[in-house]
Amino acid sequence: MNADTLIAPGPPKNFELRPKPSVSGVDPGDLLEVSMGPQHPSTHGVFRMDVVLDGERVVKLKPVFGYLHRNHEKIGENTTYLGSMPYTDRLDYFCSLTNNWAYALTVEKLAGLQVPEHAEYIRVITAELTRLQNHACLGGFLLQDMGASGTPLMYAFREREKILDLFESLTGARMMCNYMRFGGCRCDLPPGWLEQTKQVVESFPQFLDEFEALLNENEILMSRTQGVGVLPHDLAVNAGITGPMLRASGVNYDIRKVDKYGIYDRFSFRVPLGEHGDVYDRYMIRVLEMRESLRILQQCLPNIPEGPIVDPKAKLRGFRPKPGEAYGRIEAPKGELGFYLISDGTPNPYRYRVRPPSLINLTILEDMCLGHLVGDVVIILGSVDIVMGEADR
Amino acid sequence: METLEQIKTRIEAAIAGARLVIIQNGSPAGQHSLLVDNEHGLAVAEFLREAADLRFDYASNVTGVDWLDAVVKKTIKVKQVIDGVEKELDQVVEEKKPGYLEAIYHLYSMELKHGPLVLRLRTGDRGEQNHVPSLTSVWRGAEFQEREIFDLYGVIFDGHPDLRRILMWDEFKDFPMRKDYVEPDDYEYEPTAHDEVLEKAASHNAPKATG
Repeated sequence: MNADTLIAPGPPKNFELRPKPSVSGVDPGDLLEVSMGPQHPSTHGVFRMDVVLDGERVVKLKPVFGYLHRNHEKIGENTTYLGSMPYTDRLDYFCSLTNNWAYALTVEKLAGLQVPEHAEYIRVITAELTRLQNHACLGGFLLQDMGASGTPLMYAFREREKILDLFESLTGARMMCNYMRFGGCRCDLPPGWLEQTKQVVESFPQFLDEFEALLNENEILMSRTQGVGVLPHDLAVNAGITGPMLRASGVNYDIRKVDKYGIYDRFSFRVPLGEHGDVYDRYMIRVLEMRESLRILQQCLPNIPEGPIVDPKAKLRGFRPKPGEAYGRIEAPKGELGFYLISDGTPNPYRYRVRPPSLINLTILEDMCLGHLVGDVVIILGSVDIVMGEADR
Repeated sequence: METLEQIKTRIEAAIAGARLVIIQNGSPAGQHSLLVDNEHGLAVAEFLREAADLRFDYASNVTGVDWLDAVVKKTIKVKQVIDGVEKELDQVVEEKKPGYLEAIYHLYSMELKHGPLVLRLRTGDRGEQNHVPSLTSVWRGAEFQEREIFDLYGVIFDGHPDLRRILMWDEFKDFPMRKDYVEPDDYEYEPTAHDEVLEKAASHNAPKATG
């Protein structure tokens, strides 16, 4: 792993759109079509893949979406700006606080609101805690998909409980936090919360050491993930892949570094990059990102300033931004989460769009799976890190 | 990054006949956008990806917007002879502006780390002329998102490799994100044998005329 360097050059010209495997010489009667999902524990929700197999090798794979579609964007257009905030929790229900932040950030861009420093610090703390619990659980789920039933996942869930307890005492809810507001956050820190958070952050490296000692050089993990589901650098960029998946392919692109939204320019942290772009790299990137998140938290927690929690100019009632549009994005644990809003001067947005990283990261699922065994499809899908609440909206 | 005016001038110099318009954005975000005509859409996209010190290699967000047909009221002066005297009168004239569907691309550069550049494509109207060129051959990240716009707005992307519905089911007829979409009373309703059976039962149970 090499931080802060770009490993391969940019995308080549005449990039081949959709590489097809050669199935010549195979009698079509020998091919077997399997419908994986939507009710299957390995698909991480109601997701379905139409897989065509030659023996045990995948020759074709088509993802099928829409089982959890409730037209979130139409609901957003028929609700006030603030009314959509609790709905954003339900997009990626593992990471409601980063969803809140992405939406609040976009509305702040649209209406030109400022965020007080106190609130910015709380936003960074909650977002990094969210990243910690998401990445820890993803490692557990990936091992669960590989057949390590329970143990690593329960270790990750034990740590997640501690973080969810913090969310509960701060926001009142463990998963559906609905915490951020335009121009700040909803309520101030409860007494003793910072000390509790410091304890969690101090004890987290112990869990990571244990987790890595258990898994990093585990023979089964290595033999099942190394060289599986390789995503080349140029394909990852062209297909709009973001987040840990993109960085596992060696592209140095972290929106916390590129956009420097919030106050991320004040903290020093590194961007872990993979070299091979396989499932093992995607697992390792997440472990390394947890260490960097802990570094951010350690810099953030002692320096949190006093001050107001919400911009006093921000109006809660009768909130009507001037006509215009804005696209805002953040580095959510799963990738680039963006919101695109068009205002026509009324209390409801004219257009409310969510850019879902879970959906777009599945664009290259077929390319990664072709030629692999059907059992590897489960692991490759697990390493993408999807939540169907966000992909289907 | 260069300003939008400079990028527009460069595109116009490189691609003969490209008609570009800068659409101003009224919000403090300042993300003004570039409206591209449909014939040169693909060429402009390829130029933006390949041109040195632009290198927009990453299409982040692709989305659609529906703009309804609008009636614009205008007041014009009309000269009229009333009782032998020529007078100037105000007359309100209604002018129909056809609506259109838009596809909006937010482009970034991963190589040079700049952006966003907002690209807009417009259809002729909301009816038959609902075609725009697909940019999936330039940025594959647009593949699922263009399918989604086709599914929810009914924009047809010419040249898309796999243009099917993505979120709604294949048999679904309407486009739910359009502003004039009306929900059916019952999504689940299907005329099944069940109704016929009920009718038969009703006629069977009706009191029979004796005679």
